[in-house]
Amino acid sequence: MPQIRALRRVASLLTTPLAPEDFFGLVNPLSSTRQLRGIVTKVTRETADSTTVAFRPGKGWNAHAAGQWARIGVEINGVRQWRSYSLSAAAGHDPAITVTAIGFVSTALARDTKVGDLLFLDPPQGDFVLPEHPRPLLMLTAGSGLTPVMSMVRTLVPRRQDADVVLIHSARSPDEALFHDELLEMADQFPSLKVRHWYTRDTGPDASNDEPRRLDLTDTTDLESLCPDWRDRAAYACGPAEFLDAADELWLRDGDDATHANLTIERFATVLLPGTGGEGGIVTFEKSDKEVEVDGDVPLLDAGEDCGVVMPSGCRMGICRSCLIPLVAGKVRDLRTGEVHGEEGELIQTCVNAAAGPVHLDI
Amino acid sequence: MPTLVHKSAPTETPVPSPSGTHATQPGQPTPATEPGGIRPRKPILAATGAPALRPAAARHLSDEQVYQLGVELDTLRDSIIATRGAKDAAYIRRVIRAQRTLEVAGRATLMLSKKKTALVAGTAMLSVAKILENMEIGHNVLHGQWDWMRDPDIHSTTWEWDFVTPAAAWKHTHNDLHHTWTNVIGKDKDVGYTTLRMAEDQPWKPFNILNPVINAVLAPFFEWGIAIYDLELEAVKDGEKSKADLKRDLKAVGRKVVRQFTKDYVATPAAAALLGSGKQALIGTFTANAIRNVWAHSVIFCGHFPDGVDTFSEAEIEGETRGDWYIRQMLGSANISGSKTMHLMTGNLSHQIEHHCFPDLPSNRYHEVAVHMREITERYGLPYTTGPIHRQVGQAWAKVFRLALPPKKSRTSPAAPDAGSPESAPTTGRSPLPMVASAL
Repeated sequence: MPQIRALRRVASLLTTPLAPEDFFGLVNPLSSTRQLRGIVTKVTRETADSTTVAFRPGKGWNAHAAGQWARIGVEINGVRQWRSYSLSAAAGHDPAITVTAIGFVSTALARDTKVGDLLFLDPPQGDFVLPEHPRPLLMLTAGSGLTPVMSMVRTLVPRRQDADVVLIHSARSPDEALFHDELLEMADQFPSLKVRHWYTRDTGPDASNDEPRRLDLTDTTDLESLCPDWRDRAAYACGPAEFLDAADELWLRDGDDATHANLTIERFATVLLPGTGGEGGIVTFEKSDKEVEVDGDVPLLDAGEDCGVVMPSGCRMGICRSCLIPLVAGKVRDLRTGEVHGEEGELIQTCVNAAAGPVHLDI
Repeated sequence: MPTLVHKSAPTETPVPSPSGTHATQPGQPTPATEPGGIRPRKPILAATGAPALRPAAARHLSDEQVYQLGVELDTLRDSIIATRGAKDAAYIRRVIRAQRTLEVAGRATLMLSKKKTALVAGTAMLSVAKILENMEIGHNVLHGQWDWMRDPDIHSTTWEWDFVTPAAAWKHTHNDLHHTWTNVIGKDKDVGYTTLRMAEDQPWKPFNILNPVINAVLAPFFEWGIAIYDLELEAVKDGEKSKADLKRDLKAVGRKVVRQFTKDYVATPAAAALLGSGKQALIGTFTANAIRNVWAHSVIFCGHFPDGVDTFSEAEIEGETRGDWYIRQMLGSANISGSKTMHLMTGNLSHQIEHHCFPDLPSNRYHEVAVHMREITERYGLPYTTGPIHRQVGQAWAKVFRLALPPKKSRTSPAAPDAGSPESAPTTGRSPLPMVASAL
């Protein structure tokens, strides 16, 4: 609104060099011009290791599409840490993330978050979303890979009578299966949703497999038994890397189209080559006036964050390219391939590149 | 001794742990593993060796002892870094909240400054807010003391302060030049800010007779002095800074001046005028700025100009090692003793010695560093200059007057700083100041 903008400009005459929002922050913790924030409204324990954290975002947040993810910042022992999480709430609802206690940041988020805590946010993004036109769907998930799919199921199933969704979810045991009861209730209530739980350690009454074992995606046997018409469905998969690699291969080999797997994949982690680290070196963050000596296996992103540089970051696995920083001088090593590269001015993905000798970055 | 835990931040599983990272601070000796680097910006100091000439106060130390001192101070620094955390973050946020609350309250009270009590109260609150903003918050944030929090709202790369000189210009002259070349005559222009004669070794010129007058005018208009100083007009004259850079800096300072001036001398009085307090509010903001300026000027003059503080020749930094760099920071700085409130109001520059050795440690931890620093200086027989503010200010002013006059005796070569001038009397017993135990 132009009036509000004009008023803000007048107010900023009195607050310079700060912004009026910096003073509103005294009473409203969500007020900031520099950083989108959210306040935790609800914390729900899902399993022994997983927690759903619902939050109310401040101005600047865009409503999420089912299946999207967002960068979430949280303060742990005084230090801002960022990770990306899929949003598990249905589209149109207040956003929520479901966090499993693996790794330092996720463990802190899953175990220590309280109602009223402040989260730092980036707007949702990602193209792991429902198809534009109605189609029969197959969801193939493992472990915490269920979270984006849960958002899709919650969005689609209650609203569309004509939906046709098969969800195959692999978990260790019924106790550890995320959203276990809610999914069974939904399947009961809506004939359009079929849920197939697959357990790898302890089976339960609702298990699709008799013996606890891994879902075998090296051939089509398991898949045929769980969802015979899998080839006719638009498939979505999310889970650990090897699970997704196997699914991708299977769809290409045995699917309808050998050139294009009819499968949309959301990855959580990338595999870095072990032992690709070289000699490392001194990394200079020029604008921030920081220098740090790092080993050859430390991503530049971590090196920067460790010495207090506010580094842009995103997926932290070499996919989203939100961590790009121009290289001023030096060479870097790609931790996924071991390749050494670096042209002056080249945009470096700091989350998957490490120093190969002295490196100067333009930040 | 503090516990010496090297902690590297754990990370998410797929990412290799950044163990083996070792942060170095701006203006600090850098590990000499990459001699010169590919684009050297800072002098890189060797861990071992000796300068061409060690300062008189440290001449009794062997190279090995100086090396050992450097290691001890590095360890002290690491111990603080390893224990930075939520409590420190809460501290700086508390100070910022208090400062902003005072700022709002002060300006709001000035709206009613038609009443004398409101004028006094509003001016007092605004003065304290401005002092906190400049010293405990601005100065320290701009040093990167809080960068480790990775909070873009409290970060040296994003912070702008309520001072006419733009943060970027000040970071260059202060963080880069002053903190690297502390008290080296000819290199550290903070020794007299190119207008005052503040060291025996600066040659006397006739206009130095104006020393006291210049300083008396500088004090209440300190922020304007710093703004002009940050333009580095002398460097432009000497061809060390390009005209284009000067033009860019002039534009930046011009924009800042307009905004600062508008806030305190147009917008605030105009708002107060609606309640019939315009003129009084103008007096209030002007007075608050002047009080802040005089206070900042005093504290800063206490940092490097009281008796017992050394200046250095370029020969003394030739071949300087890490340990020698630390020693120069210790000999070239002076503390102010006093209460917790005094430390807060000086932005912990009352711990100038600790600040100069470790410019980017969080200010709320300097009192803790000071305990160890004092023990270390005693053990190595190095002076540790400190005293109450009235004495330190008095000594700095005495120097301003004394150095207005030409040297009495026939001068010896300026390269020999210990040639019997009153400033560089023998080390031991030179500091007659009682070693007031840190109040904290």
